[in-house]
Amino acid sequence: MIGIVFKREFASFFATPVAYVFITIFLILSGIFTFFIGGLYERGQADLLPFFNFHPWLYLFLVPAIAMRSWSEERKNGSIELLMTLPITSFEAMMGKFFAAWAVLALSLMLTFPLWLTVNYLGNPDNGIILAAYVGSWLMSGAFLAIGMCMSALTKNQVIAFILAIVVCFLFVVSGSNIVLDAFKGWAPSVVLDTIASFSFLTHFESMSKGVIALNNVVYFLIVASLWLYGGLLIIEQKKAD
Amino acid sequence: MISVKNVIKKFGDFIAVDGLSFDIKPGDVVGFLGPNGAGKSTTMKILTGFIEPTEGEVRVGNMAMDQSRKDIQTKIGYLPEGAPAYGDMTPAQFLHFIAEVRGLKGDAKHARIKEVVQQVELQDVLDKPIDNLSKGFKRRVGLAQAILHDPEILILDEPTDGLDPNQKHQVRQLIQNLSKDKIVIISTHILEEVTAVCNRVMIIADGHLRFDSTPQALLQRSRFYQAVSLHLSYSADISGLAELPGVEDMEVDMHSGKVTLFPEEGKEIVHLVNEHVQQRKLPVDMLFVEQGRLDEVFRALTLGATAR
Repeated sequence: MIGIVFKREFASFFATPVAYVFITIFLILSGIFTFFIGGLYERGQADLLPFFNFHPWLYLFLVPAIAMRSWSEERKNGSIELLMTLPITSFEAMMGKFFAAWAVLALSLMLTFPLWLTVNYLGNPDNGIILAAYVGSWLMSGAFLAIGMCMSALTKNQVIAFILAIVVCFLFVVSGSNIVLDAFKGWAPSVVLDTIASFSFLTHFESMSKGVIALNNVVYFLIVASLWLYGGLLIIEQKKAD
Repeated sequence: MISVKNVIKKFGDFIAVDGLSFDIKPGDVVGFLGPNGAGKSTTMKILTGFIEPTEGEVRVGNMAMDQSRKDIQTKIGYLPEGAPAYGDMTPAQFLHFIAEVRGLKGDAKHARIKEVVQQVELQDVLDKPIDNLSKGFKRRVGLAQAILHDPEILILDEPTDGLDPNQKHQVRQLIQNLSKDKIVIISTHILEEVTAVCNRVMIIADGHLRFDSTPQALLQRSRFYQAVSLHLSYSADISGLAELPGVEDMEVDMHSGKVTLFPEEGKEIVHLVNEHVQQRKLPVDMLFVEQGRLDEVFRALTLGATAR
Protein backbone atom coordinates (compact mmCIF):
# COMPACT_ATOMS: atom_id res chain seq x y z
CA MET A 1 0.00 0.00 0.00
CA ILE A 2 2.84 2.38 0.82
CA GLY A 3 4.14 1.74 -2.68
CA ILE A 4 0.81 2.57 -4.31
CA VAL A 5 0.46 5.80 -2.35
CA PHE A 6 4.10 6.62 -3.10
CA LYS A 7 3.53 6.19 -6.83
CA ARG A 8 0.49 8.43 -6.83
CA GLU A 9 2.13 11.15 -4.75
CA PHE A 10 5.35 11.08 -6.71
CA ALA A 11 3.48 11.31 -10.01
CA SER A 12 1.38 14.14 -8.67
CA PHE A 13 4.51 16.20 -7.95
CA PHE A 14 5.28 15.98 -11.65
CA ALA A 15 1.69 16.30 -12.87
CA THR A 16 1.69 19.77 -11.33
CA PRO A 17 4.63 22.15 -11.77
CA VAL A 18 5.59 21.69 -8.10
CA ALA A 19 8.49 19.31 -8.66
CA TYR A 20 9.88 21.22 -11.65
CA VAL A 21 9.72 24.57 -9.90
CA PHE A 22 11.20 23.09 -6.76
CA ILE A 23 14.09 21.38 -8.51
CA THR A 24 14.88 24.44 -10.64
CA ILE A 25 14.91 26.79 -7.67
CA PHE A 26 16.92 24.31 -5.64
CA LEU A 27 19.56 24.05 -8.34
CA ILE A 28 19.75 27.80 -8.94
CA LEU A 29 19.99 28.64 -5.24
CA SER A 30 22.52 25.96 -4.47
CA GLY A 31 24.59 27.26 -7.38
CA ILE A 32 24.45 30.81 -6.10
CA PHE A 33 25.31 29.77 -2.55
CA THR A 34 28.17 27.59 -3.66
CA PHE A 35 29.87 29.91 -6.11
CA PHE A 36 29.08 33.42 -4.95
CA ILE A 37 28.63 33.14 -1.21
CA GLY A 38 30.60 29.98 -0.52
CA GLY A 39 33.40 30.97 -2.89
CA LEU A 40 34.05 27.51 -4.32
CA TYR A 41 36.75 28.77 -6.70
CA GLU A 42 38.39 31.25 -4.35
CA ARG A 43 38.95 28.64 -1.69
CA GLY A 44 41.18 26.73 -4.05
CA GLN A 45 40.21 23.41 -2.52
CA ALA A 46 38.77 20.48 -4.41
CA ASP A 47 35.82 19.71 -2.18
CA LEU A 48 32.14 20.56 -1.97
CA LEU A 49 32.11 21.96 1.55
CA PRO A 50 30.81 25.40 0.45
CA PHE A 51 27.95 23.59 -1.29
CA PHE A 52 26.93 21.42 1.65
CA ASN A 53 27.40 24.14 4.27
CA PHE A 54 24.41 26.02 2.94
CA HIS A 55 22.08 23.05 2.77
CA PRO A 56 20.43 23.59 6.17
CA TRP A 57 19.56 27.15 5.15
CA LEU A 58 18.37 26.10 1.74
CA TYR A 59 16.17 23.35 3.16
CA LEU A 60 14.80 25.74 5.73
CA PHE A 61 12.73 27.47 3.04
CA LEU A 62 12.48 24.92 0.29
CA VAL A 63 11.48 21.76 2.13
CA PRO A 64 8.47 23.36 3.86
CA ALA A 65 7.38 24.44 0.38
CA ILE A 66 7.29 20.89 -0.83
CA ALA A 67 5.82 19.50 2.40
CA MET A 68 3.05 22.05 2.86
CA ARG A 69 0.62 20.51 0.40
CA SER A 70 0.91 16.93 1.61
CA TRP A 71 -2.03 16.95 4.03
CA SER A 72 -3.40 20.48 3.79
CA GLU A 73 -4.49 19.96 0.22
CA GLU A 74 -6.15 16.63 0.99
CA ARG A 75 -8.11 18.18 3.79
CA LYS A 76 -8.98 21.30 1.84
CA ASN A 77 -10.49 19.53 -1.16
CA GLY A 78 -11.97 16.66 0.83
CA SER A 79 -9.98 13.90 -0.84
CA ILE A 80 -8.82 12.88 2.62
CA GLU A 81 -12.27 11.40 3.12
CA LEU A 82 -11.68 9.24 0.08
CA LEU A 83 -8.16 8.29 1.12
CA MET A 84 -9.14 7.37 4.67
CA THR A 85 -12.09 5.23 3.59
CA LEU A 86 -9.98 3.22 1.20
CA PRO A 87 -8.34 0.19 2.77
CA ILE A 88 -5.18 2.21 3.43
CA THR A 89 -4.06 2.91 6.98
CA SER A 90 -3.06 6.44 7.99
CA PHE A 91 0.43 5.12 8.59
CA GLU A 92 0.69 3.80 5.04
CA ALA A 93 -0.63 7.06 3.65
CA MET A 94 1.82 9.08 5.74
CA MET A 95 4.80 6.97 4.73
CA GLY A 96 3.80 6.95 1.07
CA LYS A 97 3.57 10.73 1.08
CA PHE A 98 6.81 11.10 3.01
CA PHE A 99 8.85 8.85 0.75
CA ALA A 100 7.41 10.48 -2.38
CA ALA A 101 8.50 13.94 -1.27
CA TRP A 102 11.79 12.57 0.00
CA ALA A 103 12.38 11.01 -3.41
CA VAL A 104 11.87 14.41 -5.03
CA LEU A 105 14.51 15.78 -2.64
CA ALA A 106 16.84 12.92 -3.58
CA LEU A 107 16.30 13.71 -7.23
CA SER A 108 17.09 17.39 -6.63
CA LEU A 109 20.31 16.41 -4.87
CA MET A 110 21.29 14.08 -7.67
CA LEU A 111 20.75 16.80 -10.22
CA THR A 112 23.49 18.84 -8.58
CA PHE A 113 25.98 16.39 -10.14
CA PRO A 114 27.53 19.10 -12.38
CA LEU A 115 29.08 20.53 -9.20
CA TRP A 116 30.63 17.18 -8.48
CA LEU A 117 31.90 16.98 -12.06
CA THR A 118 33.33 20.48 -11.68
CA VAL A 119 35.43 19.72 -8.61
CA ASN A 120 36.57 16.45 -10.17
CA TYR A 121 37.63 18.33 -13.27
CA LEU A 122 39.45 20.97 -11.26
CA GLY A 123 41.20 18.71 -8.81
CA ASN A 124 41.19 15.38 -7.04
CA PRO A 125 38.56 15.55 -4.32
CA ASP A 126 37.87 12.65 -1.99
CA ASN A 127 34.72 11.29 -3.62
CA GLY A 128 33.94 9.13 -0.60
CA ILE A 129 33.62 12.27 1.49
CA ILE A 130 31.38 13.87 -1.11
CA LEU A 131 29.13 10.83 -1.28
CA ALA A 132 28.90 10.70 2.50
CA ALA A 133 27.99 14.37 2.58
CA TYR A 134 25.27 13.79 0.00
CA VAL A 135 23.80 10.99 2.08
CA GLY A 136 24.00 13.16 5.20
CA SER A 137 22.30 16.04 3.45
CA TRP A 138 19.51 13.79 2.25
CA LEU A 139 19.01 12.41 5.75
CA MET A 140 18.78 15.92 7.11
CA SER A 141 16.25 16.89 4.43
CA GLY A 142 14.11 13.99 5.68
CA ALA A 143 14.01 15.54 9.13
CA PHE A 144 12.99 18.90 7.63
CA LEU A 145 10.37 17.14 5.56
CA ALA A 146 8.87 15.33 8.56
CA ILE A 147 8.48 18.65 10.37
CA GLY A 148 6.85 20.18 7.30
CA MET A 149 4.42 17.30 6.93
CA CYS A 150 3.45 17.43 10.57
CA MET A 151 2.65 21.14 10.19
CA SER A 152 0.72 20.38 7.03
CA ALA A 153 -1.40 17.88 8.96
CA LEU A 154 -2.20 20.65 11.40
CA THR A 155 -4.03 23.01 9.04
CA LYS A 156 -6.08 23.13 5.87
CA ASN A 157 -4.28 26.27 4.84
CA GLN A 158 -1.06 25.65 2.93
CA VAL A 159 0.36 29.10 3.63
CA ILE A 160 -0.05 28.61 7.37
CA ALA A 161 1.48 25.15 7.09
CA PHE A 162 4.43 26.66 5.21
CA ILE A 163 5.06 29.40 7.75
CA LEU A 164 4.68 27.12 10.77
CA ALA A 165 7.09 24.66 9.21
CA ILE A 166 9.67 27.37 8.58
CA VAL A 167 9.40 28.58 12.16
CA VAL A 168 9.84 25.11 13.66
CA CYS A 169 12.63 24.22 11.24
CA PHE A 170 14.31 27.52 12.02
CA LEU A 171 14.32 26.69 15.72
CA PHE A 172 15.94 23.35 14.97
CA VAL A 173 18.55 24.96 12.79
CA VAL A 174 19.54 27.96 14.88
CA SER A 175 19.67 26.17 18.19
CA GLY A 176 23.19 25.18 17.21
CA SER A 177 24.29 28.46 15.73
CA ASN A 178 26.70 30.75 17.54
CA ILE A 179 24.09 33.48 17.91
CA VAL A 180 21.92 31.30 20.10
CA LEU A 181 24.74 29.55 21.88
CA ASP A 182 26.46 32.84 22.71
CA ALA A 183 23.29 34.06 24.36
CA PHE A 184 23.45 31.13 26.76
CA LYS A 185 27.20 31.10 27.17
CA GLY A 186 28.58 32.48 30.39
CA TRP A 187 25.54 31.99 32.58
CA ALA A 188 24.02 28.66 31.63
CA PRO A 189 25.77 25.47 32.69
CA SER A 190 27.51 23.64 29.91
CA VAL A 191 25.04 20.77 30.16
CA VAL A 192 22.24 23.12 29.04
CA LEU A 193 24.46 24.52 26.34
CA ASP A 194 25.27 21.06 25.05
CA THR A 195 21.63 20.01 25.17
CA ILE A 196 20.54 23.00 23.13
CA ALA A 197 23.31 22.46 20.65
CA SER A 198 22.53 18.77 20.43
CA PHE A 199 19.04 19.55 19.17
CA SER A 200 20.43 21.44 16.25
CA PHE A 201 20.47 20.21 12.71
CA LEU A 202 23.63 22.29 12.21
CA THR A 203 25.60 20.46 14.87
CA HIS A 204 24.66 17.07 13.53
CA PHE A 205 25.11 18.01 9.92
CA GLU A 206 28.49 19.66 10.41
CA SER A 207 30.50 16.47 10.62
CA MET A 208 28.40 14.85 7.96
CA SER A 209 29.13 17.65 5.52
CA LYS A 210 32.78 16.84 6.06
CA GLY A 211 32.13 13.24 5.15
CA VAL A 212 31.95 11.69 8.60
CA ILE A 213 28.85 9.58 8.92
CA ALA A 214 28.73 8.92 12.61
CA LEU A 215 26.03 6.62 13.87
CA ASN A 216 24.74 9.11 16.42
CA ASN A 217 24.12 11.73 13.74
CA VAL A 218 22.31 9.28 11.49
CA VAL A 219 20.22 8.06 14.38
CA TYR A 220 19.51 11.65 15.41
CA PHE A 221 18.01 12.57 12.04
CA LEU A 222 16.07 9.31 11.82
CA ILE A 223 14.64 9.84 15.28
CA VAL A 224 13.71 13.45 14.58
CA ALA A 225 12.00 12.43 11.35
CA SER A 226 10.17 9.52 13.01
CA LEU A 227 8.95 11.62 15.90
CA TRP A 228 7.57 14.37 13.69
CA LEU A 229 5.95 11.87 11.36
CA TYR A 230 4.39 10.14 14.35
CA GLY A 231 3.16 13.52 15.58
CA GLY A 232 1.69 14.20 12.17
CA LEU A 233 -0.02 10.82 12.25
CA LEU A 234 -1.65 11.57 15.60
CA ILE A 235 -2.77 14.97 14.35
CA ILE A 236 -4.25 13.64 11.13
CA GLU A 237 -6.15 10.91 12.98
CA GLN A 238 -7.50 13.58 15.26
CA LYS A 239 -8.33 16.27 12.72
CA LYS A 240 -9.11 14.43 9.50
CA ALA A 241 -12.82 15.15 9.67
CA ASP A 242 -12.58 18.82 10.71
CA MET B 1 -25.65 -6.81 6.81
CA ILE B 2 -25.01 -3.52 8.51
CA SER B 3 -26.07 -3.06 12.06
CA VAL B 4 -25.96 0.26 13.83
CA LYS B 5 -26.65 0.43 17.54
CA ASN B 6 -27.27 3.58 19.55
CA VAL B 7 -24.76 5.62 17.62
CA ILE B 8 -24.12 9.09 18.97
CA LYS B 9 -21.73 11.58 17.41
CA LYS B 10 -20.88 14.83 19.10
CA PHE B 11 -18.77 17.64 17.71
CA GLY B 12 -17.97 19.64 20.81
CA ASP B 13 -21.37 20.60 22.20
CA PHE B 14 -23.14 19.94 18.95
CA ILE B 15 -24.86 16.57 18.68
CA ALA B 16 -24.86 15.61 15.01
CA VAL B 17 -26.22 12.10 15.43
CA ASP B 18 -28.28 11.26 18.47
CA GLY B 19 -28.91 7.61 19.26
CA LEU B 20 -29.31 6.15 15.79
CA SER B 21 -30.12 2.43 15.54
CA PHE B 22 -31.01 0.42 12.45
CA ASP B 23 -30.18 -2.73 10.48
CA ILE B 24 -29.71 -2.91 6.74
CA LYS B 25 -29.94 -6.23 4.90
CA PRO B 26 -28.54 -7.20 1.50
CA GLY B 27 -31.00 -6.18 -1.19
CA ASP B 28 -31.97 -3.02 0.64
CA VAL B 29 -31.64 0.16 -1.35
CA VAL B 30 -31.88 2.76 1.35
CA GLY B 31 -32.53 6.41 0.74
CA PHE B 32 -31.36 8.77 3.46
CA LEU B 33 -33.52 11.86 3.47
CA GLY B 34 -33.26 14.84 5.70
CA PRO B 35 -32.73 18.59 5.78
CA ASN B 36 -29.24 20.01 5.47
CA GLY B 37 -27.29 19.47 8.66
CA ALA B 38 -29.60 16.69 9.81
CA GLY B 39 -26.79 14.19 10.25
CA LYS B 40 -27.04 12.28 6.95
CA SER B 41 -23.45 12.84 5.92
CA THR B 42 -22.17 12.29 9.44
CA THR B 43 -24.00 8.97 9.55
CA MET B 44 -22.44 7.98 6.24
CA LYS B 45 -19.00 8.99 7.48
CA ILE B 46 -19.51 6.76 10.51
CA LEU B 47 -20.74 3.87 8.36
CA THR B 48 -17.66 4.11 6.14
CA GLY B 49 -15.31 4.31 9.11
CA PHE B 50 -14.08 7.81 8.29
CA ILE B 51 -15.04 9.10 11.71
CA GLU B 52 -15.62 7.17 14.90
CA PRO B 53 -18.89 7.57 16.75
CA THR B 54 -18.70 9.14 20.21
CA GLU B 55 -20.83 6.28 21.51
CA GLY B 56 -22.46 3.21 20.06
CA GLU B 57 -21.42 0.48 17.69
CA VAL B 58 -21.34 -0.17 13.96
CA ARG B 59 -21.05 -3.75 12.75
CA VAL B 60 -20.78 -5.06 9.23
CA GLY B 61 -21.41 -8.78 8.99
CA ASN B 62 -19.67 -10.18 12.05
CA MET B 63 -17.02 -7.48 12.19
CA ALA B 64 -17.05 -4.44 14.44
CA MET B 65 -15.96 -1.16 12.87
CA ASP B 66 -13.68 -0.15 15.73
CA GLN B 67 -11.76 -3.43 15.47
CA SER B 68 -11.70 -4.38 11.79
CA ARG B 69 -12.03 -1.02 10.07
CA LYS B 70 -9.74 -1.83 7.15
CA ASP B 71 -11.39 -5.21 6.51
CA ILE B 72 -14.79 -3.59 6.46
CA GLN B 73 -13.59 -0.83 4.17
CA THR B 74 -12.57 -3.36 1.53
CA LYS B 75 -16.25 -4.30 1.28
CA ILE B 76 -17.47 -0.74 0.92
CA GLY B 77 -17.57 1.55 -2.07
CA TYR B 78 -18.01 5.16 -1.02
CA LEU B 79 -18.75 8.36 -2.85
CA PRO B 80 -18.13 11.16 -0.36
CA GLU B 81 -20.13 14.37 -0.48
CA GLY B 82 -19.00 16.56 -3.37
CA ALA B 83 -17.21 13.64 -5.04
CA PRO B 84 -13.67 14.63 -4.05
CA ALA B 85 -10.86 13.25 -6.18
CA TYR B 86 -7.24 14.06 -6.94
CA GLY B 87 -7.66 16.92 -9.34
CA ASP B 88 -4.21 16.74 -10.86
CA MET B 89 -4.83 13.20 -12.06
CA THR B 90 -6.82 12.18 -15.12
CA PRO B 91 -9.78 9.84 -14.62
CA ALA B 92 -7.70 7.04 -16.15
CA GLN B 93 -4.82 7.56 -13.71
CA PHE B 94 -7.20 8.01 -10.82
CA LEU B 95 -9.11 4.81 -11.54
CA HIS B 96 -5.87 2.88 -11.91
CA PHE B 97 -4.77 4.18 -8.52
CA ILE B 98 -8.05 3.16 -6.91
CA ALA B 99 -7.96 -0.24 -8.66
CA GLU B 100 -4.50 -0.92 -7.27
CA VAL B 101 -5.54 0.08 -3.78
CA ARG B 102 -8.50 -2.25 -4.16
CA GLY B 103 -6.14 -5.07 -5.04
CA LEU B 104 -7.04 -5.42 -8.73
CA LYS B 105 -4.12 -6.43 -10.94
CA GLY B 106 -3.14 -6.95 -14.55
CA ASP B 107 -5.79 -7.91 -17.08
CA ALA B 108 -8.55 -8.07 -14.48
CA LYS B 109 -7.77 -4.48 -13.55
CA HIS B 110 -7.86 -3.20 -17.12
CA ALA B 111 -11.02 -5.12 -17.93
CA ARG B 112 -12.81 -3.86 -14.85
CA ILE B 113 -11.77 -0.24 -15.42
CA LYS B 114 -12.95 -0.45 -19.01
CA GLU B 115 -16.28 -1.87 -17.91
CA VAL B 116 -16.87 0.78 -15.26
CA VAL B 117 -15.80 3.59 -17.60
CA GLN B 118 -18.46 2.42 -20.02
CA GLN B 119 -21.07 2.12 -17.29
CA VAL B 120 -20.68 5.76 -16.27
CA GLU B 121 -19.69 6.96 -19.76
CA LEU B 122 -16.33 8.52 -19.07
CA GLN B 123 -14.70 7.50 -22.38
CA ASP B 124 -14.45 11.04 -23.73
CA VAL B 125 -12.68 12.57 -20.75
CA LEU B 126 -10.36 9.76 -19.66
CA ASP B 127 -7.20 11.76 -20.30
CA LYS B 128 -8.22 15.22 -19.12
CA PRO B 129 -7.22 16.32 -15.63
CA ILE B 130 -10.14 15.86 -13.23
CA ASP B 131 -9.77 19.52 -12.18
CA ASN B 132 -10.83 20.57 -15.68
CA LEU B 133 -13.92 18.39 -15.84
CA SER B 134 -17.49 19.62 -15.43
CA LYS B 135 -19.39 18.89 -12.24
CA GLY B 136 -21.31 16.07 -13.89
CA PHE B 137 -18.17 14.31 -15.05
CA LYS B 138 -16.50 14.74 -11.67
CA ARG B 139 -19.49 13.12 -10.03
CA ARG B 140 -19.27 10.24 -12.48
CA VAL B 141 -15.57 9.79 -11.77
CA GLY B 142 -16.52 9.54 -8.10
CA LEU B 143 -19.18 6.97 -8.90
CA ALA B 144 -16.78 4.95 -11.04
CA GLN B 145 -14.30 4.93 -8.19
CA ALA B 146 -16.95 3.73 -5.75
CA ILE B 147 -18.22 0.80 -7.85
CA LEU B 148 -14.83 -0.20 -9.26
CA HIS B 149 -14.26 -3.20 -6.98
CA ASP B 150 -17.89 -4.31 -7.19
CA PRO B 151 -18.44 -3.75 -3.47
CA GLU B 152 -21.02 -5.52 -1.33
CA ILE B 153 -21.94 -2.22 0.22
CA LEU B 154 -22.26 0.96 -1.75
CA ILE B 155 -22.61 4.25 0.08
CA LEU B 156 -23.28 7.29 -2.07
CA ASP B 157 -23.58 10.78 -0.61
CA GLU B 158 -25.73 12.80 -3.02
CA PRO B 159 -24.79 10.83 -6.13
CA THR B 160 -26.96 12.83 -8.54
CA ASP B 161 -26.16 16.31 -7.25
CA GLY B 162 -25.10 18.50 -10.15
CA LEU B 163 -26.16 16.09 -12.88
CA ASP B 164 -28.57 16.97 -15.66
CA PRO B 165 -31.87 15.03 -15.90
CA ASN B 166 -30.47 12.54 -18.42
CA GLN B 167 -27.45 11.82 -16.26
CA LYS B 168 -29.65 11.53 -13.19
CA HIS B 169 -31.72 8.95 -14.97
CA GLN B 170 -28.58 7.10 -15.97
CA VAL B 171 -27.21 7.03 -12.44
CA ARG B 172 -30.51 5.80 -11.06
CA GLN B 173 -30.53 3.00 -13.58
CA LEU B 174 -26.97 2.15 -12.66
CA ILE B 175 -27.96 1.91 -9.00
CA GLN B 176 -31.00 -0.23 -9.81
CA ASN B 177 -28.92 -2.62 -11.88
CA LEU B 178 -26.35 -2.97 -9.13
CA SER B 179 -28.53 -3.55 -6.24
CA LYS B 180 -29.97 -7.05 -6.50
CA ASP B 181 -28.02 -8.61 -3.65
CA LYS B 182 -26.08 -5.63 -2.38
CA ILE B 183 -26.60 -2.98 0.19
CA VAL B 184 -26.95 0.46 -1.33
CA ILE B 185 -27.30 3.58 0.76
CA ILE B 186 -27.80 6.92 -0.95
CA SER B 187 -28.48 10.30 0.51
CA THR B 188 -30.36 12.84 -1.47
CA HIS B 189 -32.39 16.01 -1.36
CA ILE B 190 -34.47 14.92 -4.32
CA LEU B 191 -37.56 13.27 -2.93
CA GLU B 192 -38.64 11.68 -6.21
CA GLU B 193 -35.31 9.91 -6.37
CA VAL B 194 -36.25 7.89 -3.34
CA THR B 195 -39.42 6.54 -4.89
CA ALA B 196 -37.54 5.96 -8.14
CA VAL B 197 -34.65 3.84 -6.84
CA CYS B 198 -35.07 2.94 -3.18
CA ASN B 199 -37.04 0.22 -1.49
CA ARG B 200 -36.52 1.70 1.92
CA VAL B 201 -36.55 5.27 3.18
CA MET B 202 -34.97 6.66 6.29
CA ILE B 203 -35.67 10.22 7.24
CA ILE B 204 -33.18 11.76 9.58
CA ALA B 205 -33.69 15.10 11.27
CA ASP B 206 -31.75 16.62 14.16
CA GLY B 207 -29.73 13.42 14.35
CA HIS B 208 -32.81 11.28 15.04
CA LEU B 209 -34.39 8.66 12.83
CA ARG B 210 -37.86 10.04 12.12
CA PHE B 211 -39.10 7.52 9.60
CA ASP B 212 -37.94 4.10 8.43
CA SER B 213 -40.12 2.16 6.00
CA THR B 214 -40.93 1.78 2.31
CA PRO B 215 -41.40 4.72 -0.06
CA GLN B 216 -45.03 3.59 -0.39
CA ALA B 217 -45.55 3.92 3.36
CA LEU B 218 -44.06 7.37 3.14
CA LEU B 219 -46.55 8.35 0.45
CA GLN B 220 -49.38 6.96 2.55
CA ARG B 221 -48.55 9.40 5.24
CA SER B 222 -49.50 12.21 2.95
CA ARG B 223 -52.86 13.89 3.38
CA PHE B 224 -53.04 13.74 -0.40
CA TYR B 225 -52.62 9.95 -0.57
CA GLN B 226 -55.64 8.59 -2.50
CA ALA B 227 -57.18 12.06 -2.60
CA VAL B 228 -59.13 12.89 -5.75
CA SER B 229 -58.50 16.10 -7.63
CA LEU B 230 -60.74 17.38 -10.35
CA HIS B 231 -61.17 20.47 -12.43
CA LEU B 232 -64.33 21.93 -13.92
CA SER B 233 -64.44 23.65 -17.27
CA TYR B 234 -67.06 26.16 -15.99
CA SER B 235 -68.47 26.69 -12.55
CA ALA B 236 -71.15 24.36 -11.29
CA ASP B 237 -72.58 23.29 -7.97
CA ILE B 238 -70.05 20.96 -6.42
CA SER B 239 -71.24 21.10 -2.83
CA GLY B 240 -72.57 17.55 -3.16
CA LEU B 241 -69.03 16.21 -3.54
CA ALA B 242 -68.12 17.10 0.01
CA GLU B 243 -71.18 15.19 1.29
CA LEU B 244 -70.14 11.89 -0.31
CA PRO B 245 -69.53 9.06 2.15
CA GLY B 246 -65.84 8.61 2.86
CA VAL B 247 -64.95 12.19 1.95
CA GLU B 248 -63.47 13.93 4.90
CA ASP B 249 -62.70 17.33 3.47
CA MET B 250 -62.86 19.34 0.30
CA GLU B 251 -60.50 22.08 -0.74
CA VAL B 252 -60.86 24.43 -3.66
CA ASP B 253 -57.87 26.22 -4.99
CA MET B 254 -59.21 29.69 -5.86
CA HIS B 255 -56.38 30.39 -8.22
CA SER B 256 -56.48 27.35 -10.47
CA GLY B 257 -60.02 26.23 -9.71
CA LYS B 258 -58.79 22.78 -8.82
CA VAL B 259 -60.96 20.85 -6.37
CA THR B 260 -59.36 18.30 -4.09
CA LEU B 261 -61.34 15.78 -2.07
CA PHE B 262 -59.59 14.17 0.87
CA PRO B 263 -60.72 10.69 1.89
CA GLU B 264 -61.16 9.46 5.42
CA GLU B 265 -58.32 7.23 6.43
CA GLY B 266 -58.12 4.03 4.39
CA LYS B 267 -61.17 4.86 2.22
CA GLU B 268 -61.14 4.84 -1.55
CA ILE B 269 -63.40 7.49 -2.93
CA VAL B 270 -62.58 7.74 -6.60
CA HIS B 271 -65.51 5.56 -7.81
CA LEU B 272 -67.98 7.50 -5.67
CA VAL B 273 -66.70 10.78 -6.98
CA ASN B 274 -66.90 9.43 -10.49
CA GLU B 275 -70.50 8.28 -10.04
CA HIS B 276 -71.48 11.61 -8.55
CA VAL B 277 -69.93 13.47 -11.45
CA GLN B 278 -71.77 11.26 -13.95
CA GLN B 279 -75.14 11.65 -12.18
CA ARG B 280 -74.96 15.41 -11.88
CA LYS B 281 -73.38 15.82 -15.28
CA LEU B 282 -70.72 18.02 -13.78
CA PRO B 283 -68.50 19.61 -16.45
CA VAL B 284 -65.34 17.82 -15.31
CA ASP B 285 -62.42 18.08 -17.73
CA MET B 286 -59.81 16.51 -15.46
CA LEU B 287 -60.01 13.96 -12.70
CA PHE B 288 -57.24 11.99 -11.09
CA VAL B 289 -56.16 10.19 -7.95
CA GLU B 290 -53.31 11.85 -6.07
CA GLN B 291 -50.23 9.76 -5.22
CA GLY B 292 -49.38 11.54 -2.03
CA ARG B 293 -47.03 14.47 -1.82
CA LEU B 294 -43.57 13.69 -0.55
CA ASP B 295 -42.53 17.27 0.05
CA GLU B 296 -45.45 17.74 2.40
CA VAL B 297 -44.69 14.55 4.33
CA PHE B 298 -41.04 15.47 4.41
CA ARG B 299 -41.80 18.87 5.87
CA ALA B 300 -44.15 17.40 8.41
CA LEU B 301 -41.67 14.75 9.53
CA THR B 302 -38.65 16.98 9.69
CA LEU B 303 -40.29 20.04 11.19
CA GLY B 304 -41.79 17.92 13.93
CA ALA B 305 -45.53 18.21 13.16
CA THR B 306 -47.63 15.17 12.30
CA ALA B 307 -48.39 14.44 8.68
CA ARG B 308 -52.12 14.17 8.94
